[in-house]
Amino acid sequence: MKKYSTIGTRPRRFDAREKIVGNAKFGADSTFQRSLWGKILRSPHAHARIISINTDDAAALLGVRAVITSADFPTITPGSAFDSQNHRFSRDNVLAGRKALYMGHAIAAVAADTREIADRAVDLIRVEYEILPAVVDVLEATEDDAPLLHQDLLTDSLGTEASRPSNIASHLQHELGDPEEGFSQADVVVEREFRSATVHHTYIEPHAATVEWRRDDQILVWTTTQGVFTIRGQLAELLQHPQGQILVTPSEIGGGFGGKIASYIEAPAALLSKKASLPVRIVMSRSDEFLATGPTSGTRIKIKMGARNDGKITAACAELFYEAGAYPGSPVGSGAALIFACYDIPNGRIDGYDIVVNKPRTTAYRAPGATPPAFVSEQVIDELAEKTGIDPLQFRMLNVATNGTRRIDSSVHTSINCKKVLEAVAGHDHYRSKVEGEHVGRGLAMAFWGNWGAQSSCALQVNYDGTVTLTLGSVDVSGTRTSLAMQAAEALELDLSLISPRMGSTGETGYNDVSAGSRTTVAGGHAVAKAARHVIAQLKDRAAMLWDVPVGSVAYAKGRFTEGKDNTMSFDELAAKSAATGGAITGIGNVNVEDWGASSGAHVADVKVDPETGKVTILRYTIFQDVGTAVHPVLVEGQLQGGTVQGIGWALYEGYTYDEDGHLLNHNLLDYKLPTFTDVPSLETVIIEEPHEQHPFGIRGVGETPIISPPGALANAIHGAVGARPSSLPMTPGSILEAMGVL
Amino acid sequence: MSTQIQVNTMVNGEATEFRCEPHQNLLYCLREILGLTGTKEGCSDGNCGSCSVLLDDRLVNSCLVLGAEADGREILTVEGLESWEGLHPLQEAFIEHDALQCGFCTPGMLIAAKALLDRNLEPTEKEIREWMAGNLCRCTGYDKIVRAINHAGESLRSHEES
Repeated sequence: MKKYSTIGTRPRRFDAREKIVGNAKFGADSTFQRSLWGKILRSPHAHARIISINTDDAAALLGVRAVITSADFPTITPGSAFDSQNHRFSRDNVLAGRKALYMGHAIAAVAADTREIADRAVDLIRVEYEILPAVVDVLEATEDDAPLLHQDLLTDSLGTEASRPSNIASHLQHELGDPEEGFSQADVVVEREFRSATVHHTYIEPHAATVEWRRDDQILVWTTTQGVFTIRGQLAELLQHPQGQILVTPSEIGGGFGGKIASYIEAPAALLSKKASLPVRIVMSRSDEFLATGPTSGTRIKIKMGARNDGKITAACAELFYEAGAYPGSPVGSGAALIFACYDIPNGRIDGYDIVVNKPRTTAYRAPGATPPAFVSEQVIDELAEKTGIDPLQFRMLNVATNGTRRIDSSVHTSINCKKVLEAVAGHDHYRSKVEGEHVGRGLAMAFWGNWGAQSSCALQVNYDGTVTLTLGSVDVSGTRTSLAMQAAEALELDLSLISPRMGSTGETGYNDVSAGSRTTVAGGHAVAKAARHVIAQLKDRAAMLWDVPVGSVAYAKGRFTEGKDNTMSFDELAAKSAATGGAITGIGNVNVEDWGASSGAHVADVKVDPETGKVTILRYTIFQDVGTAVHPVLVEGQLQGGTVQGIGWALYEGYTYDEDGHLLNHNLLDYKLPTFTDVPSLETVIIEEPHEQHPFGIRGVGETPIISPPGALANAIHGAVGARPSSLPMTPGSILEAMGVL
Repeated sequence: MSTQIQVNTMVNGEATEFRCEPHQNLLYCLREILGLTGTKEGCSDGNCGSCSVLLDDRLVNSCLVLGAEADGREILTVEGLESWEGLHPLQEAFIEHDALQCGFCTPGMLIAAKALLDRNLEPTEKEIREWMAGNLCRCTGYDKIVRAINHAGESLRSHEES
């Protein structure tokens, strides 16, 4: 493996010092003078027509500076770029138009001098609703007599538009080989149905933003987000405002996991600020978070798999039904693409449905779409292994996808390393140890996930003293200032102490896609490497000029420029001469990484199940993952552990609970249970490094893959412990007792 | 008509006075009146621990305490952990063990951990996990925080011995 100087070391994180003294500024720690408090009025109903909104009393309250409703959005000119169904959906989600489509849907907003006045003012807004029947179950929503959310939603089925509206936004299908023929070759067939609850990302920092709409129509935004450019883009569209007149500055972000990409509060704050001529700050409550942001799709999945007695899978079919929430856009596409992606299966069919229900509009959540299908397929794989009498790991090895394998969604694997990951599991002490004790079981589950590339941009400023300022256009979601500064040091062949990384606003770098999709360290690394080459090329020019030699004869290595035997100058000496040699030196790295990286992982879990209460205790847990190159092994380990614990929460505890009228019952952190310190053990990690061929430093994305495997691994372990197979997430004690036939 | 109450406290070792409404919680007073934004608001109903502070050495969720209740008492927030001697051993350990990712829950974690070590300099892993269970973290999976607290206990013990 390639040897690096900085990559692979364990320096202190650049953001740690400010964070541990309480000085780092997050979304609610606004830096604007005289900002007003904004507050949003939300629908108490899951589905209702808005007959009228009367804001007179609210507006008349002393200390109220502005009140807005969706009527304050700019008019949509027929035939304009904004005259589209998608635009109306995005806009209606931010402030409801004709209907409230979920409990918590934003209806109106106020800005006032104090938080108390804002609270009182929203209570004075009178809304007349016509309550409509609601539907929150994804399969019930597809029935002919189901309440219809949108009168103009026509199913896009395999590219053909339906003639009458329904709640099914789209239907996609993948097919490979001949599934019926495949099943006829099978000796054992398993057919099952699963469901998973709606879950929320539950970052600990609620959304918070301050917006100032200045008199010159420049809009300044301070917000907690995974992407300043996506917030700028959404605002520009919602407000029909030029992008160049919107400047978005990122705060530190207190967790996002996919939930801080959609814009919820920036547009209301902007409209309020315009009316009040003062900056407006909106901070969401925890209840608002559960009711009106995120969550990610609850699902129903039907699956059928067949295998021969020798362990070869002959066919696999699945139907995936994903909740989109109130507007189309669930991650059913990636779920359908990945449900069988770890395996080489010659025949199969996968159908995916994106279905609107009276729940908040869903958003991507860490490995969007991939976790529920893995819960499903990894259990059925285990069942096939059991029925054919083959060890679960051996069974997976017999069917594992390798480079060249064509998946059912017809893409071909080019960088999958599931086989190497399985070999690591097989050789590890955890898997080799005996499973001992009563009601104790072990489960294994695999995962495959692609790493998005897309656009990244950064700037490297060379300062007079030879230090380098690295301005990133990507938000640092969890250590990316450090992982990208380390790559900059590597590419510039300088000591890391000379690099100062910082997050930039939309005014400081070129366009960056959001910090998501396991892409930030990967694509950011491409950008940093390009910017470093740009810096070195400019410095070579300057050296050549000073020495009066052809630029091609100047060499650079380890912080020193040389030419022939006599000419030599260090990086900092040359930086000090930048004024005299033509001015500032700035390296720009703009990239659009088209390559989709690949990430392979597997988890092994040992659990004990109390047969009387159904309570699951995790005894031991090991995470195996191919990370390409571990830029900072401790940060990598942290990503693996953190993602896994989110997956454990999804598996055992978390889920939205609704009453029959579509009211969310558990919109607080007491009733929506997250894993705590006492619910999880210390998680062991095994970092596998198979460098990614397409990356300058061999890096693969890390963050998302670890959330995929926990539900499958734990379900398989629970089966090992008590002989019953859970069929729904979360696997609560009650549902386990039910699966055991005790309840 | 002002209904504000005068509150005299010690915040991070300094005599501090402020005026607040009777219903305003201590979290609001710290953040919005005194500008001490290191203490974070994650839920405002006592379930996440992000707003943990010490009130007369007792660990509290500052969202569940009224500002007026702080009258005549001492408050320690994350801003008060660092001293003229430098970072608190817990802060050092959190950096050294990468016990933070986004850093939003970190101030509350540090304060809760200090309350533990004030009472027990040699907690077992189980004791650490049980004491800290009122503080939620969504990024780290807790493992590195446990290690950091354990390590900080060790360095405080060796400091006491020397």
